[in-house]
Formats: sequence, structure tokens, C-alpha cells
Amino acid sequence: MTEAEARAVVLAALVEIAPETEGVRLDGDVELGEQLDIDSMDFLTLMTLVSERTGIDIPERDQPKLRTLDGAVAYLAGV
Amino acid sequence: MGDFLMPSLGADMVEGRLIQWRVAPGDVVAKGDIVAVVDTSKAEIEVEIFEPGVIEELVVDPGEKVAVGAVLAHVRSTGVAATQAPAAPEPTAAEPAPPVPAAVVAAAAPAPPAEPPGAADGSGRRRVSPLARRVAAHLGVDPASCEGTGPGGAVTRADVERTAAEPATRAPAPPAMPAPSAMPAPPTMPAPSAPMPQTIEPPAVAATAGDERSIAMRRTIARLMARSKREIPHYYLGHHIDLSRALDWLKERNAPRGPAERVLPAALLLKAVALACREHPGLNGFWVDDELRPGGGVHVGVAISLRGGGLLAPAIHDADMLGVEALMAALRDLTQRARRGQLRGSEMADPTITVTSLGERGVETVYGVIHPPQVALVGFGRVTERAWAVRGMVGARPVVHATLAVDHRAADGHTGGLFLGSIDSRLQEPEAL
Repeated sequence: MTEAEARAVVLAALVEIAPETEGVRLDGDVELGEQLDIDSMDFLTLMTLVSERTGIDIPERDQPKLRTLDGAVAYLAGV
Repeated sequence: MGDFLMPSLGADMVEGRLIQWRVAPGDVVAKGDIVAVVDTSKAEIEVEIFEPGVIEELVVDPGEKVAVGAVLAHVRSTGVAATQAPAAPEPTAAEPAPPVPAAVVAAAAPAPPAEPPGAADGSGRRRVSPLARRVAAHLGVDPASCEGTGPGGAVTRADVERTAAEPATRAPAPPAMPAPSAMPAPPTMPAPSAPMPQTIEPPAVAATAGDERSIAMRRTIARLMARSKREIPHYYLGHHIDLSRALDWLKERNAPRGPAERVLPAALLLKAVALACREHPGLNGFWVDDELRPGGGVHVGVAISLRGGGLLAPAIHDADMLGVEALMAALRDLTQRARRGQLRGSEMADPTITVTSLGERGVETVYGVIHPPQVALVGFGRVTERAWAVRGMVGARPVVHATLAVDHRAADGHTGGLFLGSIDSRLQEPEAL
């Protein structure tokens, strides 16, 4: 998976979970939870959607690596 | 033939607007079918029917606003003798049926359609219909002071409203409620137990309805919270709970599972509360007519924040009977539907207790405001790492500050202390949850 593909998957899932984030400019290196109104349930839903759509398993211990957009893209593209 | 009535979707709802019919005349409906969508001041709620039958006539058109208890449709009953679901948190059903008011009342019942018959209590006390009881609580009227004109002298809603219109019989404290018809944007939903200042904005709905709903929601919350603080002598308890065992157990359990099967700490906290409710039923119920009415089952209201502001507190029914996985699934489902505005009537009917959690980005402690007529509210702050001494050794442990607000009319501090202690001890044995 390329970085562009990974980014597209994450952003699409984010818009589904939090529709108002569409068009919002995200800082790649700031935690999504700080930039958006994302709680633990939302984050788990994000992990679920991304994992289902990429086929990439995301163990719970790896979840902290996906807390920023850049981190998530790197994780998904690098697997 | 019976009638399908505008349900009460919470303690303070007095009317609702019919948005959409999901059935047409001639349709056969089964118990639990969603037949209509009703707009309250807070959300559009899918309303179920609880008696099987055939829809004969739709009485109310989409767009119309009608009072709780008003006939929405005529239904020809096909099941066993039509019964009525309680319209208020009555201590009726022993079985764990959700306390849902969307009822088909048998047309043969001697009461007028909008008036479910009074609940006989067999003790010679005045019979008061559940609807009348709720309206009375809303208007600050003592139902016992009303002259009953219903079947068997039962006090009906009309009796309560007539009494409320006589200034001399009003309870002194509550400020006057404008009659529903005079309200420009009548709030209809129970406000959540909103423990802290918050921006209330409407959930995603048509933009035109947004402002009106936002205003109505704020008014509903204002009224309910003011009523809570005016009427309920709260006492508060707090207790720090070491979550290391619970979180270790959860981590081990979640490790081999994908995101879709994982359980969040919130589910463990809810289960511990539900079991504590079963152990201490005195905190699981309603304060009505100067007495505690136990909730028929443990229906835990979960405060769910809406995106962009606002809160709803739909119930997870019989949470004490659900395993941790099932509870997590219910929580996940409820959260998503609450945010999409797809809650069902049975979920908005009164929970027996409410839990509010601030999540991992909130503060450490929340002192909640009880959601009347409930008698208790449990609050969980953020889980923080703290220095924690065990047998003379200090270590870092994940700790949550659990708080409890209790209606002192219903229970004393001792009970509240035992309740929080029960939550704590259950969280020390997560595998038993």
C-alpha cells in the first residue's frame, strides 16, 4: 500500500466517523484526538474501519502508533 | 381495535412531532416493529410498536406536533388481548421488558384514548394514570390533590392540568410552566444528566430545524437540571479505584483480537455499575410520589456526547444480564446510532440510573446532577496514573475517580458508600464481570 492510498483510507474513515472533519486541514504530527472531537470509541471505530479496508491487522499494542495522521499513514504503508 | 399513542421518550417529554410514518394502512405489524419516526427537541427517534396488529388508519400527519398519549394511529389488534405498556417508570413488570410507553391500548378499555387507565395499587390510595403522574411531576402538582374523573375515580392528565390551572393548589416552589400550546418551541426530551457546562447544538438534522432544536434542547436541559437541583437533595461520594487488574485483564483479552472484537474499559465500568445496581436496588429506580419505585430491571443510561456538542443518555437494557462482550457491542451500537440520530423509543424511555464518563481527555472527577426522577448518577473521570501505596509499597497504578450523586430522599450515605465499594471490588475481579 502506498502512502497516498493509506492516507486516503484514513481520511475517508475519519469523515465517516466525524462528518464535520471533511475539508478540515489536519496537522500530520498532532494527535487526531487533540485536533478532532475523537474519543476512545471513535478511535476504536477508526481502527476497525481502517483494518477492515486495508486488510492490515492492527494489534492493540500498535494502536498508539496510529494516533497521528502521519503515524497512521506510515504504519499502514510500511506494513 | 386499539390505538397507537405518542410515546413518552423520557421523563420530561410532553409532546413530540411526527416526522415520518414507516407503515401504511393495511400493514401488518409485529411486536418491536418500527412504525414511525418522532422528533423531540433533541433527536429524531424511531418508535416501535409493542402489540401485533394491522394498521387501520393513520390519525396524525407527518409534521404535526401532538401531546404524549395522543392517538397517532388506529390499530386492529391481532395478538392476545391488547395490554398497555406503562407510560411512566411504574414498578409494574417483573420481567425485564423495557419500560416502553409506545403502547397499543385496547379500544375496549373504558378510558378515553389519551388516558391509559390508572394504575391500581390495591391499597386504597387514589389511582393515578402513569401519564397523569408524569404530567403532575412536570407541573409541580400533587396528584393526590386532584379530583379524579377517570374510570374508578382515577386521576387523569386532564384532572392534573385542571388542578395545575388553579393557583391555590400549586406547589409553591416550581415556577409556572407555560401550557404546552403556548410554548413556541416546546422542549420535549429529557435532558441528559449534564454535569458540566457544555455547548448544546443539534445533532445532524435538517438545517432549518437546527436552531429551533438547539434552543429547545437548551430549554429542556435548563428545566430538567433546575428541577433536579430544586427538588433533589443530592449528596455526593467519591472513591478512587485502582484499575490495574481490570486494565491488565483487558489488555490480555484484547491482544489477539482485531479492533472489531476489542472491549474498551468503559464496558467494564458499566458492567460493574450494573452489578452494583442489582446488589443495591435502592439506588436503581425512581423517586415518585414521595417513595422509591424500584426500576423493573437494571437499565443503565449512558451519557453519550454528540459530535459538535450536546448529550443524549439512552439506556442499555438489562445491562446486568449482559456479558462484557455483549455490553461492549451494545455500547458501540448505541454510540453510533445516537450520533447518527437513529435511536429507538425504547432506548429513550427512562433509564433506571445514569452513568457519565468523561473519557480519556477529560478531567479526573465529575460530580453529576441526577436526572429526575432517577435517584442516582455515577460519574467516572479520566483514568490517570497515580502513586498508589499497597502494603507499604508505593507504585504507579492506573486509577479512576468514581463519584456517586444520590437523592438523599431515597437513600442514605451508607448505601451510597456500599454501592461505590461494590463497584470497586467488582473491578478487582474483571474475569467475573
